Amino acid sequence: MTIAPLSGEGPPRAAHCAPSGGSEAAEPRAWGDHSPLLEVRNVSKRFGGVVANRDVSLDVPAGRITGLIGPNGSGKTTLFNSIAGFHPIDGGSIRFDGREISRLRTPTIARLGVVRTFQQTHVYRKMNCLQNMQISTAQAGETLLSMLRKPAPEITGHAESLLEFAGLQSKRFLPAGDLSFGQQKLLEFAMALMNGPRLLLLDEPTAGINPVLINGLVDRLKRANAELGITLLVIEHNMRVIMNLASHIYCLAHGELLAQGTPDQVRSDPRVVEAYLGGR
Amino acid sequence: MLGVLAPWLAPHIVTQLAFLWLMILLAVTWDINGGQMGYNSFGNVFFFGLGVYACALVQRDSGLSYYPALFIGTALGGFVAALGALVLGPAILGIRGHYFAIATLGLSIVAADLASAWEYVGAASGMTVPVFPGEIGDRSRFFYYLLFALAAITFLAARALYTTRFGLAMNAIRDNEDKAEAMGLHTTRTKVFAWCVSAFFLGAAGGPVGNLVGFIDPRDLAFAGATFGVWMVLMAVLGGKGTLWGPVIGAVIFHVTQEVFWTYLLGWQRVAMGLLIVVIVVFFPTGVAGWFTRVRRRTQPVATAPAESVQ
Repeated sequence: MTIAPLSGEGPPRAAHCAPSGGSEAAEPRAWGDHSPLLEVRNVSKRFGGVVANRDVSLDVPAGRITGLIGPNGSGKTTLFNSIAGFHPIDGGSIRFDGREISRLRTPTIARLGVVRTFQQTHVYRKMNCLQNMQISTAQAGETLLSMLRKPAPEITGHAESLLEFAGLQSKRFLPAGDLSFGQQKLLEFAMALMNGPRLLLLDEPTAGINPVLINGLVDRLKRANAELGITLLVIEHNMRVIMNLASHIYCLAHGELLAQGTPDQVRSDPRVVEAYLGGR
Repeated sequence: MLGVLAPWLAPHIVTQLAFLWLMILLAVTWDINGGQMGYNSFGNVFFFGLGVYACALVQRDSGLSYYPALFIGTALGGFVAALGALVLGPAILGIRGHYFAIATLGLSIVAADLASAWEYVGAASGMTVPVFPGEIGDRSRFFYYLLFALAAITFLAARALYTTRFGLAMNAIRDNEDKAEAMGLHTTRTKVFAWCVSAFFLGAAGGPVGNLVGFIDPRDLAFAGATFGVWMVLMAVLGGKGTLWGPVIGAVIFHVTQEVFWTYLLGWQRVAMGLLIVVIVVFFPTGVAGWFTRVRRRTQPVATAPAESVQ
């Protein structure tokens, strides 16, 4: 792995969030013997003259829920797109489970076990919810021949139970496009679970969801993490949700990593407050 | 069934009925890509043309007697067309939306031009096929049954395909290809294979049609983009694309009205056909099959249980 800071000031601007400037600032955090499942190092992405990500580094340790926050336009979704292989990156490295994935295509990355959801829902609109689930199984090792069979009863059973988990059991024969936006978000989440990923990237899972449902969704995210062992990286604007959910939070602003730390550290960081509320 | 008895029930229109089965086959194969997978090809007639020529060349050059040459040629036509889809698919199916439609349109035009210039296949003056060995009346009946069988096999194959997980993958690509990729589906493999299936049956149909017509013109029969190429899209859309029966219904409506207009409105048949298309597109935007589904849904509404809310 190469850490090649583009600017001359040593390792990236990680971790100066600890209020009294600890010595751990140089390294992205260490979790004992947990090596990170996803390592993003000095990733940069430009769109023409616009720098969407500059030198972003972050770690997502296995089995944890990591948060990613930042004002609109700070480059969070761009980073997700880079990780999921939707576009090539201009510099840096992205490693998943020790393997460089920054040059792989999206489906290949997904088959390794990195699945993302979208900010605007992406479901198969004309297919019913059950079909959406049935086609969302993990595709690693899937051959043309194995696809030329009907969905196995186990798949359908698993799909039904996950639909139940997402509270969509009664909608299973409705076209996904007929669901409300919030229900589509839940369906997309259930589809992601159906895929059984090792790392799930969630882009604003609670945006557009009825506040009453949000608590249920947060609960389900936690259960997916605790019971199914899925590592989560979550973009979220709802501070209450992300503070409650994540054990570690990164904050982006203007495409750069601004701060990181525990929810309490990030919340009390004056630069994070300033980025969200504007200069004082 | 009706299809088996038709030549005896209506002996005067056996050739027209044979073409009806061809129309059904064209619409069903088009719908595999266009309807179920969302890749609207305007050049699928390319595969049909490959089949027409492959079969005719086997009949001309293999030295086999009539029936073996015809059957081997028909099968070979299917395989050549599928091979064409396999070779061209990865590049052309990487293009999405309108650009895909235009690229495929170009494919059929290029093929027509090449076939019109290639002496080996008769160039622009076309090719003739061997004379049918049986009696005159048996000829159209024979090809009627051949096309009937091909159309039936095509329909059953498509129906079987749509019940598999492969069918679901095709639908997923149609509904949201970005999502399908993000979920790890083998999108390229799925698209190419689906195109190969479509091409195979189109190519297999080419041989019998070339023989039924008796003379192979590169632009008017084999790579007839302005007729077969457009019709197959039209029929699938009229009947309801993306449904199993829609293309069949569309093909029947199209072919029957076309024959009727041709008989009773000679001179105005294209105007009448154009009006019919406008009427159907305006009043049945989702095709006849889509309209049926909506009517059925309205008369017996789906039980929409109260939202089982997330606790």
